[in-house]
Amino acid sequence: MPEPERPEPDDSEETAGTPALEVAGGAAELTASPTAVPERPAAAPSTAPAAEPGGEPGGEPGGTGGEPERARSLWSDAWLELRRNPVFLIAGALIVFLVLISVWPGLIASRNPLACSLSKSLDPSAPGHPFGFDAQGCDVYTRVVHGARTSVTVGVLATAGVAALGSLLGGLAGFFGGWWDAVLSRLTDIFFGIPIMLGGLVFLSMTGSRSVWTVIAFIVLLGWPQIARIARGSVIATKQNDYVLAARALGASNSRMLARHILPNAVAPVIVTATIALGTYIALEATLSFLGVGLQPPTVSWGADISDASQGMQFRNAPHILLYPAAALSLTVLAFIMLGDAVRDALDPKLR
Amino acid sequence: MGRYVVRRLLQMIPVFVGTTFLIFVMVYAVGDPVNAMFGDRAPDPATAARLRAEFNLDKPVWLQYVLYLGHIFTGNFGSAFNGRPVGDLLVSAFPITLRLTLIALVFEIVIGIVLGVVTGLRRGRPVDSSVLMLTLVVISVPTFVTGSLAQYLIGVVWGLIPPAVSPEAPPGELLLPGLVLALVSLAYVTRLTRTSIAENVRADHVRTALAKGLPRSRVTVRHLLRTSLIPVVTFLGTDVGNLMAGALVTERIFNIQGVGFQLWQGVVRQNAPTVVGFVTALVVIFLLANLLVDLLYAVLDPRIRYA
Repeated sequence: MPEPERPEPDDSEETAGTPALEVAGGAAELTASPTAVPERPAAAPSTAPAAEPGGEPGGEPGGTGGEPERARSLWSDAWLELRRNPVFLIAGALIVFLVLISVWPGLIASRNPLACSLSKSLDPSAPGHPFGFDAQGCDVYTRVVHGARTSVTVGVLATAGVAALGSLLGGLAGFFGGWWDAVLSRLTDIFFGIPIMLGGLVFLSMTGSRSVWTVIAFIVLLGWPQIARIARGSVIATKQNDYVLAARALGASNSRMLARHILPNAVAPVIVTATIALGTYIALEATLSFLGVGLQPPTVSWGADISDASQGMQFRNAPHILLYPAAALSLTVLAFIMLGDAVRDALDPKLR
Repeated sequence: MGRYVVRRLLQMIPVFVGTTFLIFVMVYAVGDPVNAMFGDRAPDPATAARLRAEFNLDKPVWLQYVLYLGHIFTGNFGSAFNGRPVGDLLVSAFPITLRLTLIALVFEIVIGIVLGVVTGLRRGRPVDSSVLMLTLVVISVPTFVTGSLAQYLIGVVWGLIPPAVSPEAPPGELLLPGLVLALVSLAYVTRLTRTSIAENVRADHVRTALAKGLPRSRVTVRHLLRTSLIPVVTFLGTDVGNLMAGALVTERIFNIQGVGFQLWQGVVRQNAPTVVGFVTALVVIFLLANLLVDLLYAVLDPRIRYA
């Protein structure tokens, strides 16, 4: 019975006639939207850390999770759940490792990824070169390690940009409504009409030289409506809660209501969607690079390396040039998607 | 129902105009098609000017767009810079991609929903957790990696199928590319169905059906599955776009000469009319698919009625 639980995304006039259209906002919204907010009004106004030490009258210093009668905030609850989730721990460890080697690739690969010698083209693994050499005679291991920086940079920065722009525009539209809301809704409809990879192929192929920044800018440009739509729905659901109405009745200013009441309670679905999107953006960059419209040579990218490997099926004679970058890419995407999955489970009270 | 369809069709117009304009601007304002035709050489100014006049490129972008839209509504998608009508190209390429997408959709629906129902009814059991983990892995491996590996293993090492698809692209040869194309979405369908089923198992109408004494299998298929499919159908509608974009990758790997292949050729050669024409056609299909999905809601959930 999904209908009654869904936060009604809109009650203003201009879209009131299209129930199905709004419900159709995409799979991510369907799984992420009924999060937290309407169900937990009791713990709502306190932010995460405040609930834990403050109200505890002295006793039980080592209580790691026991007291069921005490209302913990959504965030401390989620954190407790996450710490017990093996999926989160594995994904977290993998991500910490990835971030470390993208900041300091020299930690585990001391060579220069651009130093290649053609005489070693497609050679199998040799001492000191565990993954062998690619068609240009570059050390595959070094390139795989250095490729992490590109993927992580694109993933993290694009997600940050999308989340910031999307939640700002979507959140304000949801909070204030009015003409901006109407314009934004039509705008998101338009952007949703273009599958992101199609747009990427067209847009990026028209820009001459592409750096990591071009790709990030493109993802932000085409990705923000997804978050905007979710942020808007979440803010509209939150703003109808009693505590927000109470704050308004007490004369709180708009900015105070947004910062103190709306933001902490509406941000969960955005975080969930953004975490999952991070993994898909990494895959998107690699796919675009594979199609030849992503990153260009001096930048070391797994997608571009895989593309080179499958050029004329060179990997037929030397599978290692395809397998290692592909494995690294898949593991990275897997880590971020697992993280997103764990975060969603922790933040979605319906699954408890 | 009729009024609802008309209203939805009317609502599609601004979205269609906006989307195609966005693509138009990307192609004609960000890039320079005439310069692109000459590759690295600088074009002869007189020739360039004549070409610009011929393709309306000397006019402001909005006017070019209006002229272009006018042509499209008379069925004229313009000609590629090599003189071949884009419409012809579309007609020859579309059936192939349609076949590929349909095969992928069938895989998605059949395998995805079956797996989703099985896991949703056994939530928390080993079957459930292992399928769930498997879907995560499948989602994480990008399509182009799966495609390259499948082509290498099945086509080259084991030799079970020809590694490249012939130009006519008969359905039999499209099975493997279709499966590859479907995999990521298939995993999403499985997860969505699972969540939805697990939620609806406890719904009132399911309990009522069981209390009436209907057999379990009938309740599952007729009562539980029907309402649980709503989010899945929503996903499938938006997924038509993903599949068509994904066809870019699959068609390139398996050398299928469909829409994705032609579009990619157009992009690589910076052939603006081809790109805009194909993308416009794809966007229209995408919008129509979403309309179809909205209409399917009423079939699936009797509580939803369109006045």
